[in-house]
Amino acid sequence: MARTLWDSSVGKKTVMAVSGMIMLLYLVAHVIGNLKIFFGAGEFNHYAHWLRTVGEPFMHYEWTLWLVRIVLVVAVVAHATSAYQLSRRDIRARPSKYVHKKPRASYATRTMRWGGIILGLFIVWHILDLTTGTVHSGGFQEGHPYQNVVDTFSTWYGNVIYIVAMLALGLHIRHGFWSAAQTLGVGSRTRDRALKTVADILALLLTAGFVAVPVGVMTGVVS
Amino acid sequence: MTDYVNYTTGAPAVDGKAPSGPVHERWDTRRFEAKLVNPANRRKHTIIVVGTGLAGGSAGATLAEQGYHVVQFCYQDSPRRAHSIAAQGGINAAKNYRNDGDSIHRLFYDTVKGGDFRARESNVHRLAQISIEIIDQCVAQGVPFAREYGGLLDTRSFGGVQVSRTFYARGQTGQQLLLGAYQALSRQIAAGNVEMHPRTEMLDLIVVDGRARGIVARDLITGKIDTYFADAVVLASGGYGNVFYLSTNAMNSNATAVWRAHRRGAHFANPCFTQIHPTCIPRTGDHQSKLTLMSESLRNDGRIWVPQAQGDTRPPNQIPEDERDYYLERIYPSFGNLVPRDIASRAAKNVCDEGRGVGPGGQGVYLDFADAIRRMGREAVEAKYGNLFDMYQRITDEDPYEVPMRIYPAVHYTMGGLWVDYDLQTTVPGLFAIGEANFSDHGANRLGASALMQGLADGYFVLPATINDYLARNPHQDPVTDEHPVVQEALAETEDRINLLLSVDGDRTPDSFHREVGELMWEFCGMARTDAGLRKALERIPQIREEFWRRIKVPGTGEEFNQSLEKANRVVDYLELAELMCLDALHRAESCGGHFREESQTPDGEAARRDDEFAYAAAWEFTGTGEAPVLHKEDLVFEYVHPTQRSYA
Amino acid sequence: MKLTLRVWRQKNAGAEGAMSTYEVDDISPDMSFLEMLDVLNEQLILSGEEPVAFDHDCREGICGACSLVINGDAHGPERTTTCQLHMRSFRDGDTIDIEPWRASAFPVIKDLVVDRSAFDRIIQAGGYITAPTGAAPEAHATPVPKADADFAFEHAECIGCGACVAACPNGAAMLFTSAKVNHLNVLPQGAPERETRVLDMVTQMDAEGFGGCTLTGECATACPKGIPLVSITSMNKEWLRATRKAGKR
Repeated sequence: MARTLWDSSVGKKTVMAVSGMIMLLYLVAHVIGNLKIFFGAGEFNHYAHWLRTVGEPFMHYEWTLWLVRIVLVVAVVAHATSAYQLSRRDIRARPSKYVHKKPRASYATRTMRWGGIILGLFIVWHILDLTTGTVHSGGFQEGHPYQNVVDTFSTWYGNVIYIVAMLALGLHIRHGFWSAAQTLGVGSRTRDRALKTVADILALLLTAGFVAVPVGVMTGVVS
Repeated sequence: MTDYVNYTTGAPAVDGKAPSGPVHERWDTRRFEAKLVNPANRRKHTIIVVGTGLAGGSAGATLAEQGYHVVQFCYQDSPRRAHSIAAQGGINAAKNYRNDGDSIHRLFYDTVKGGDFRARESNVHRLAQISIEIIDQCVAQGVPFAREYGGLLDTRSFGGVQVSRTFYARGQTGQQLLLGAYQALSRQIAAGNVEMHPRTEMLDLIVVDGRARGIVARDLITGKIDTYFADAVVLASGGYGNVFYLSTNAMNSNATAVWRAHRRGAHFANPCFTQIHPTCIPRTGDHQSKLTLMSESLRNDGRIWVPQAQGDTRPPNQIPEDERDYYLERIYPSFGNLVPRDIASRAAKNVCDEGRGVGPGGQGVYLDFADAIRRMGREAVEAKYGNLFDMYQRITDEDPYEVPMRIYPAVHYTMGGLWVDYDLQTTVPGLFAIGEANFSDHGANRLGASALMQGLADGYFVLPATINDYLARNPHQDPVTDEHPVVQEALAETEDRINLLLSVDGDRTPDSFHREVGELMWEFCGMARTDAGLRKALERIPQIREEFWRRIKVPGTGEEFNQSLEKANRVVDYLELAELMCLDALHRAESCGGHFREESQTPDGEAARRDDEFAYAAAWEFTGTGEAPVLHKEDLVFEYVHPTQRSYA
Repeated sequence: MKLTLRVWRQKNAGAEGAMSTYEVDDISPDMSFLEMLDVLNEQLILSGEEPVAFDHDCREGICGACSLVINGDAHGPERTTTCQLHMRSFRDGDTIDIEPWRASAFPVIKDLVVDRSAFDRIIQAGGYITAPTGAAPEAHATPVPKADADFAFEHAECIGCGACVAACPNGAAMLFTSAKVNHLNVLPQGAPERETRVLDMVTQMDAEGFGGCTLTGECATACPKGIPLVSITSMNKEWLRATRKAGKR
């Protein structure tokens, strides 16, 4: 069955849909966590610490977190690999363009590929910035995420990178969520409107929720 | 006048295969008497099938299922595009699901009568019997016929018949039936039992030792002319309505396969029997390339009229009621607008000939729904005819709810075709003709929803049973190769013709000649024919032919995709077939079905059949281009349905 | 009307193609688009040039032969086939670009003519119900609910023209394939081959080099028969169902 999935264009789309949904679920949790920054350093740092102790005493310190990280890495790799292979196939299937060009499809549809690449690069930067601290702008302090976030968004480029990526994320989710529903065969004529609305709301809430943090830092609400 | 009209009459045409006995037992008898081919031996036999419409597609699929090796051809890029796809109305079957008194015998009776007593009783009865199995077969294949809420098949009445026996799939019955046959054929192609050659056109028949053994065909992409050999050849290449240039046929439908077979010895029967459909959208100008049919159900509620005065150019809405001539209601008070196809067509021609036609060129009559809209309300009219009105509006850009539709008759179907016996075998042993390509079942006029029935009956059921008999009786035929002198000759003739077409380099296009002969045929061999007119056409056709070979211009080469060459090559055959059609029409000095001779009419101007002299099928034997053919008469015997004169006044 | 046509000319499959410009005059708004091309071709033949090759046959919108991209739209600006498009949809003095279907699975044969045999091979892979002649049960033996019959019909309307592939930025044949899968899979007669049909047809579709679906919806917008985009969703569902069932075996 895995072979059938991976060998078929429809199967690969299914892999993309499922991995995308996993990442989407993660993002919902992520944005809720992020918003705790508006309740002060104590609450935010405490939440960050809790992430490492979830599941204790059954799980050891950080085991749950690593489990989540592994699932996410698998999802990202599966998503990106399928996307790359499918895109290659798509480009091969239509090698010559029409001489008469016209704007086609919605903005979100057309930006899936570029948006995906932007998001991939962003994830790398984001981890190096706030997880490992490798490219962090201020002095990165392990266990003090509140200060680290404030430092990142105190630089102009930190804000630009983050906000651009979050706008790309919104567009990506808007088409991706609806698209995944079609790929998984849950769309229908009667459900189409509802699916599109849910996709719009999800995209809007997630983008707004994530962007609220740098805006908060910039406006001094978070400092 | 050439010698062409001085045809001679040869020995009578005899159907040696039709069994005797009660009509309802004949098909069983024939199937029992026919020899069978051992299943293990079938794969040793190759059968060529030309055409992939309802008849060819269903025949190819069924023969392959039986185990024969089938080599099949179509000029289209895919077997799914054959012109059967355009049939709108439906398919008749004597299922009697409505419990309205239908039966095999009634369908048989209606078809013989509808054909104006010029069809064979044995064949028509077999068709009615098989009609039942066709529906079963198509449903099993997944043809999405219209259904009622209970999940059972819906039917409707059609073409003035009093029972509801027409199965349909909205207005696309032909499409759905064809796709069913195409899918069955596709399964056999995938299984390797059918070798399919799309974009390949048959250009000649190869007859060796008196038997059909193969064809010469041209690959339309590369231009390569090749030979294909087989133990039997089946022509399912459709009708020849495109002789008229403008018809409801597809642009590339052509007569080449049947005409080339005719030249090689297959007799051509009743070529003058053409059906002209009264409700088509009229032409808009000289640029017109084809005509589009509108379902004749429109005549149920529309009223047909023209202005009383000649040359009245006022818009229809400004012509007062008392200055209109509802001519069908006037001439045929009891049937009114619902008279049969041929009568409605002829009446329209008459009023247009009087100079009272409407629209561009005066070639049209109004079909007015104003009364129906007043009576039933616009919504009811929309529910009943909405899709037809939309189609009309798309083509003409006129709103039929506001302005009366304009309609005019157009060539639609050809009842004539290659003469075949009860086994559907032509006069060339081993050459079979099925579907519209043969002449057998519709007589002088075809009833609505019967073309699909005949195509599928021939392809799914009749031919697969009868061809066994021929193959079983000729189990070991010597192999034929390209070196055989007959094959060399056929190849050389085909190549010469193509080279000649390319080398004339004249100043007229293939289309211009096609249009010229088409207009001539429409004028003199169309809805109403006269001795003088037909003689005029017979004089003119050889002149056009001569001019063709002097002035034709075909650009490009023969070794490439060349649509002008394809066209020109088809026109060559139209220019010969047209002549035979006119001669057949001239010799048949009676009116029957689609063939109306002005000299043969009743005092009230209706068609007068002359059974004493013309109760026969006319099978013509080719003797040379422009040379008088030989007529073989097949007498028609009516034991069950007794000929009567139609009256609709 | 007087028009300027820019037409893709390509001698054969191997040759390089390019747009050529032609002028046509005296075009009537009542002409169909193909009749306008007929006028151009008569003109070209008489001037000793090769006419423009294009596929066409029934000219009433049902055979699916005609296939032109007109000003960037498959079958032109109206939702219909090219043969049913009339010149009244254009204005005097317009410049019209005419190109062939573009997809690597539809190689150009000449000018505007492409090879669509890949579609036939997709049908051959499973787009049928195995029902040998003579083996059919009585037609009323299996009633089909009207809703299912209508659903089947709606998808069976596909004319196989290839506009969906031409319009898709990925050159995907999902709408074509899904139309046939849905037509046959919803019917009780099609049930025995329900799983193999969808799996085999999708495999063939991939093997022909068509692209994948990114749900841009261009196919459904171009479809002259109105096959809806949600057909693809239904096929995905059938495909997943078949994959699950195949996995259990």
